[in-house]
Amino acid sequence: MKNVSVVLVVFLVLGHHDFWNWHRSEPLILGFIPVGLAWHTMISLFAAVLAALMARYNWPPSVDALESMPEQTGPAAGH
Amino acid sequence: MTSGLTAVIVIGIYMLLLLSIGVLSNRVFKGTAADYFVASRGIGPFVLLMSVFGTTMTSFAIIGSSAEAFTAGLGVYGKMVSWSGIFHSICFFLVGVRLWAFGKRYGYQTQIQFFRDRFESGHMGLLLFPVLVGLIVPYLLMGVVGAATAIESITAGAFSVFFAATKGGIPYWIAGLVVCGVTLIYVFFGGVRGAAWANTFQTVVFVVLGLVTFVVIAQRLGGPAAATRQVMHVNPAHLKLGAADADQKIYEQRLAEYEAGQSKIKPRRPHEIPSGVFFTYLFIPLSVAMFPHLFQHWLTAKSARSFRLTLIAHPLLMMLTWLPCVLIGVWATAAIVPETGLPVIPPDFARANAVLPMMVNKLAPPFVGGLLVAGVLAAIMSSLDSQFICLGSIFTNDIVSHYIRKDRLGDRAVLVLGRGFIVLIVAATYGFSLWFPGASVFRLGIWCFTGYAALAPLVFAALYWKRTTKAGAVACVLTAAVVGVFFFYKAYSETALAGEHEYTIWGMMPVTIILAASTLALVVVSLMTRPPSAATVAKFFGTHPSLDARAYPSEAVVVGGSWGAR
Repeated sequence: MKNVSVVLVVFLVLGHHDFWNWHRSEPLILGFIPVGLAWHTMISLFAAVLAALMARYNWPPSVDALESMPEQTGPAAGH
Repeated sequence: MTSGLTAVIVIGIYMLLLLSIGVLSNRVFKGTAADYFVASRGIGPFVLLMSVFGTTMTSFAIIGSSAEAFTAGLGVYGKMVSWSGIFHSICFFLVGVRLWAFGKRYGYQTQIQFFRDRFESGHMGLLLFPVLVGLIVPYLLMGVVGAATAIESITAGAFSVFFAATKGGIPYWIAGLVVCGVTLIYVFFGGVRGAAWANTFQTVVFVVLGLVTFVVIAQRLGGPAAATRQVMHVNPAHLKLGAADADQKIYEQRLAEYEAGQSKIKPRRPHEIPSGVFFTYLFIPLSVAMFPHLFQHWLTAKSARSFRLTLIAHPLLMMLTWLPCVLIGVWATAAIVPETGLPVIPPDFARANAVLPMMVNKLAPPFVGGLLVAGVLAAIMSSLDSQFICLGSIFTNDIVSHYIRKDRLGDRAVLVLGRGFIVLIVAATYGFSLWFPGASVFRLGIWCFTGYAALAPLVFAALYWKRTTKAGAVACVLTAAVVGVFFFYKAYSETALAGEHEYTIWGMMPVTIILAASTLALVVVSLMTRPPSAATVAKFFGTHPSLDARAYPSEAVVVGGSWGAR
């Protein structure tokens, strides 16, 4: 699943460079949002979907166990 | 009652509410440093999301976004929001969760404590401290400049007898002083818990009121479709990334109409965002990996699971906050006050930071206008408070407590020193804000983020590359500082951090070059110097507290700390 996440990130990065919308504002999405802005709004939505996938499938399981660990009062090392 | 006076009353009530939150959070204060600086690591998912988001969004997101959209068109959304939507969450996931795990495991309260351990250098703090504090100052400056500009504009007409020079508005210097003072007081009372609670309240306020602003202003302009159509008529290039030949012709035609007195709106010159600039903005969001104030909020999380909501909701909240501001900024280029038929923003208006407050002042009813400025202040103060706490934290933990023996200074003295340092930095920032009142909040923000982004290789390498050495880390920080200051100086000389012209290097954002230089320095010097000790490698890469054990099956041995035995 990690590879799928990486591929999705690459797609989002490539999709961000929407040269095909560069010189146009129409059609106006919902009647008032220029097409380029609407495209980037979709990128924001897909970024949230990507984050949800990462949180669901790439979550490091061992970190959840740390919650029950007692709080340490200060840095352990002597540097 | 004038609209300015209504705004003053609403702002006053809002400030009192914030002070009350500080006092309330002080009641549950446990009296320990861990409670003051990291809220005893007890913050749940919702408050974590609100505090992280509120801290990240500052006047840059409200005042800066609308100002940049007014100046250069709606490309600002693609430059900042969609890139940040992708990379902020990735940074939270790759850096935030791991740093939280190390903080929980080894008791870190600041970034510098982590870097000291990771790079086996007690004096690492002496290098990082001035750099991190130096970069926080422009971040604070954005907040103070944005808040003071907003208050001065929105309160116009309130005190005509006293402040004739500002058309009756509370002068910039008083507004900045009040914002700094109120934030300092509630932070001193409540510590990071107070800041987290206040941020939660303020984030809700600025997201909701931002949407209300959008609806109110859109209605006054005849609806969102009519507002966009008006821009299409006067400044079509503002609705796209690149100006076409037809846009230049329309500009010349509209300019001729304006000069002949046939139109009251002076068109804005078509603006093109170069392809290389648009793409290399992608490096700017890497800055969140090194924000010291964000690091502090990460450490407050009750559990790693608390991060999940933040990862997912952060891009959506950014969209909800920025989209209305960007559209309002673009609409401002062609907006007309319905009653007078005059443009909302006068021709050749140079104070882009004041565009949003002016739109609110001239188009929204007085009470709504007051609420809206409270929303703007909420966005700004929710960042200032975290930065104030962070300054106190790194000074007391990384300098005072590290270099002065505990038995020579009591807790009380440490607290006083920490607060004194915060006041000193805030006073310096306030002084700068009086010096640069016209600096573009957007440009200031970009340079501040550039500095943090140039340091991002340091934290990524510390977490993911065992071979990173102390010398490599020092080389990375010094290179980022020297190259960054050089290009900042050039940019300031050429643009004064204002106006339409964006400083670039070979058609790219300066962050590209500075980041490449700091990364190269880190890698080359690390490879040329002795690797870190086996103990340090084992401590941070042995049984990595945030790594799946399956990924490192042969290294599942726990070394040191309170993590436990084998």
